[in-house]
Amino acid sequence: MDVASGSASGDLAASLTLAYPEMLMAIGAMALLMLGVFRGNSSTRLVAWGSVAILLMAAILVLAQPNGRFVGFGDGFVVDPFAKFGKVLVYLGSAVAVIMSLGFLRSQKIERFEFPLLILFATLGMSMMVSANDLIFLYMGIELQSLALYVLAAFNRNSLRSTEAGLKYFVLGALSSGLLLYGCSLIYGFTGTTNFDVLRHVIVPGEMGLGVIFGLVFLCAGLAFKVSAVPFHMWTPDVYEGSPTPVTALFSGAPKIAAMLLFVRVLMGPFLGQDGTVVPEWQQIIIVISILSMTVGAFAAIGQTNIKRLMAYSSIGHMGYILVGVAAGTVGGVASVLIYLMIYLAMTLGVFACILSMRRKEGMVEHIEELAGLSRNQPLMAMALLVLLFSLAGMPPLAGFAAKFFVFRAAIQAELYGLAIIGLLASVVGAYYYVRIVKIMYFDEPAEPFEQPMSKSMRMVLVTSTLFILFYLVFANPLLRMTEYVAKSLFL
Amino acid sequence: MFPWLSVITFLPLVGALFIAIINGEKNIVNRNARYVALWTTLGTFLTSVFMLASFDPSIADFQFEEKREWLGDNITYHLGVDGISVLFIILTTFLMPICVVASWESITDRVKEYMIAFLLLETLMIGVFCSLDLVLFYLFFEGGLIPMFLIIGMWGGPGRTYASFKFFLYTLLGSVLMLVALITMYVIAGTTDIPTLMEYQFPADLQTWLWLAFFASFAVKLPMWPFHTWLPDAHVEAPTAGSVILAAVLLKMGGYGFLRFSLPMFPVASDFFTPFIFIISVVAVIYASLVALMQEDLKKLIAYSSVAHMGFVTIGIFTLNVQGIQGGIFQMLSHGVISAALFLIVGVVYDRMHTRRIDAYGGLVNRMPIYAAIFMLFALANVGLPGTSGFIGEIAVLIGVYQVNTTIALLASTGVVLSAAYMLWAYRRVIFGDLEKESLMSISDLSRREIGVFIPLIIATLFLGFYPAAVFDITNASVENLIGNFNAALEAYQALTVTNR
Repeated sequence: MDVASGSASGDLAASLTLAYPEMLMAIGAMALLMLGVFRGNSSTRLVAWGSVAILLMAAILVLAQPNGRFVGFGDGFVVDPFAKFGKVLVYLGSAVAVIMSLGFLRSQKIERFEFPLLILFATLGMSMMVSANDLIFLYMGIELQSLALYVLAAFNRNSLRSTEAGLKYFVLGALSSGLLLYGCSLIYGFTGTTNFDVLRHVIVPGEMGLGVIFGLVFLCAGLAFKVSAVPFHMWTPDVYEGSPTPVTALFSGAPKIAAMLLFVRVLMGPFLGQDGTVVPEWQQIIIVISILSMTVGAFAAIGQTNIKRLMAYSSIGHMGYILVGVAAGTVGGVASVLIYLMIYLAMTLGVFACILSMRRKEGMVEHIEELAGLSRNQPLMAMALLVLLFSLAGMPPLAGFAAKFFVFRAAIQAELYGLAIIGLLASVVGAYYYVRIVKIMYFDEPAEPFEQPMSKSMRMVLVTSTLFILFYLVFANPLLRMTEYVAKSLFL
Repeated sequence: MFPWLSVITFLPLVGALFIAIINGEKNIVNRNARYVALWTTLGTFLTSVFMLASFDPSIADFQFEEKREWLGDNITYHLGVDGISVLFIILTTFLMPICVVASWESITDRVKEYMIAFLLLETLMIGVFCSLDLVLFYLFFEGGLIPMFLIIGMWGGPGRTYASFKFFLYTLLGSVLMLVALITMYVIAGTTDIPTLMEYQFPADLQTWLWLAFFASFAVKLPMWPFHTWLPDAHVEAPTAGSVILAAVLLKMGGYGFLRFSLPMFPVASDFFTPFIFIISVVAVIYASLVALMQEDLKKLIAYSSVAHMGFVTIGIFTLNVQGIQGGIFQMLSHGVISAALFLIVGVVYDRMHTRRIDAYGGLVNRMPIYAAIFMLFALANVGLPGTSGFIGEIAVLIGVYQVNTTIALLASTGVVLSAAYMLWAYRRVIFGDLEKESLMSISDLSRREIGVFIPLIIATLFLGFYPAAVFDITNASVENLIGNFNAALEAYQALTVTNR
């Protein structure tokens, strides 16, 4: 593959051109902040749509960037197809989360202009995470993202659960940041550099020093926390349940994608063998947390009655499946991770569009029994949710099956048979709780119907994601070729 | 060339989409949904008959092939039929209109969704039998669980939730192991194209594992003893048409799978596991027949009789001679027609009395003479009376297995005797005797619609019983080809091990 590449380390102006999307977001967010401060909370809708516009414009800017690998800002910031792919997904996830939040904020009487802005700042952080090519940039991106998300989790400050979620997320998040930073400093101390490109030449897989291995383990622990992989998942159910629902919708989409892509970049960058072979040092770690995530995600979700908690365990499980692709450590593995993330985003956003429409007179409801008989009250919403749930369970011919298929193909190509078998068995267990929701919607006697039909924006999100899931396998080939190209770019 | 198979496969889906966009008052929606479903299924059946008319039975290879780029990396959209699969497509399309008509009055709740689910299921079932790509096959094979799950769960009896979950999870568990094997084959051979994989020779030790993984899926689906426990539950709770499709078509996917994958792709392993298959099949035949003897529930009785008859199928397939395999295929087709008819027969009285207990009936012949006659015909067909299709299947299998293993043949033929025992005993208790029960006094005989449902089934049973060559002529070339390739592969392997020694 012939790809242009370049380094603009010395040249600030050239470096800045690489960061146009980020600059647009930063400047736009600050401008909207000024607007919000002067106009007060009455401008929330304007600020929200402004944020969406900025996110979409940033996505266009990303797509307009030239193909190839370019580094800037002292080689710490990289723009390659991998980063571009990740950014578009992240921006999309955030923009949809903003759109979905509008009705919710109004009905909960927390319609404040800071909400979309915090999402925008968090997205800026994610954008930096995806482009990080240096441990310093990595940490900076993660912290910018996390700080904004802590506030978002506690955004409904009149709600005890929301503030609890925020605090819990903050304390545990700070701990994980500490682990991560400790890992970074160990790596720096034992190699003398923080740059991924240099690290790649310094670290010799198979004979890493004990210090570097310790650093790697801490780094993995910190990142596993961010993708909420078992055993660093404890915060997920509580935060998902406590946070305002649109925040949960955001949490399960964009930040997960950004963190997972960063995870992939760290493992496949500095810690990959010179000839592109997998490194057993981290492969073992990934295999273990992947197996744990898949099984815990499957078994723990069975007992859940709150749909947000259930989605938390579901996302833990899905992160486990994505880590199967990471564990393979090949181009095919990375490509399967990208496919999975794309499909996962569509499924999650669709499901949350439904969850956000579960509203009665007395307010939002979150118990899954409230969905009883949805197929009679709102047949179209029920049918869309049915498609999404079967897709989450990995049933063909829906997109969720394709996601699992490619991940396990990568695993078997890397001869990880045990991992594939355990993962697929866990997916049968996982299917049980998704199908249980289908059962409640379709087999049970109807409960009281939800208050009003879905709002226009929710319906749009739901229909788009459902159609994507339904017809993904018909038009999959171009997307597959694209993810393959993107994945290859990481290994150059 | 006209894409016959794509049209037949996706025609029901188009019908389902039409039903989905029907809107308006409930009665009108229900009526329109029924008619659209009926015409779609009839149209599909006619199309498939036209396809059969231009099918050349003298060619052993695949016909009506369609191949298009799909997922890249040698995963293609590849369809085609040979003598083994073409008749299963006809069976499916033949039974679907019957199912639609059978549900005409018994389903009144959410008719639109019901018809959509059935048409979706038809697309997926036909897809299973004509896909020539592993991934495509798996897509259809596994996708069929979704509509069947909904059919059992939404329109089933009182224990429907338990039955639908058991069906779904059991089958899914079997299938995911097949998925692992499937991906492994793909990684090793570099393609998922079924005709190519049939030529490919997998290493012998790997064949064992792959065979077992496929066996897990097919044994649950078929179902073979001891993996059959989901079947009685699913059958009892499913609505009549659901039971019909389950018994007549979904079970056949397991047998078809053995013929399409296990035998041609893993010949060494198939040869190795033949005694094992024989033993559990014979256990299935005898055990399931004995269990059927003790059933109080008519549907359960037929469900266990299905398990026993499927035992004959697996015995036939693994005899690996022409008579046995032909008999296995014939037995599957014949069981498809007969079990469909038997479930419809139970459905008739269930619609009237809302019970399936044998002791709730008795003396029906006094009030329902036509019903009694039809029941008699299919009870005897199930027993294997000469002149009905049931006889041909069983005798061909027994001839086949007698050539390879007389003990198994002897034990399997006890199944014939036992089937006569449970079937005739049940028949006597339901139909004969005095009409004593108060509730049965006003029971009415078959309506014209119901008679119309049974006529095609009666014709099919008798036609296949008197003129089995209609089936054997079509399957012959492909089966001989299959056996030829199998023996060649086995000899090559044995020659290899001898030289290695």
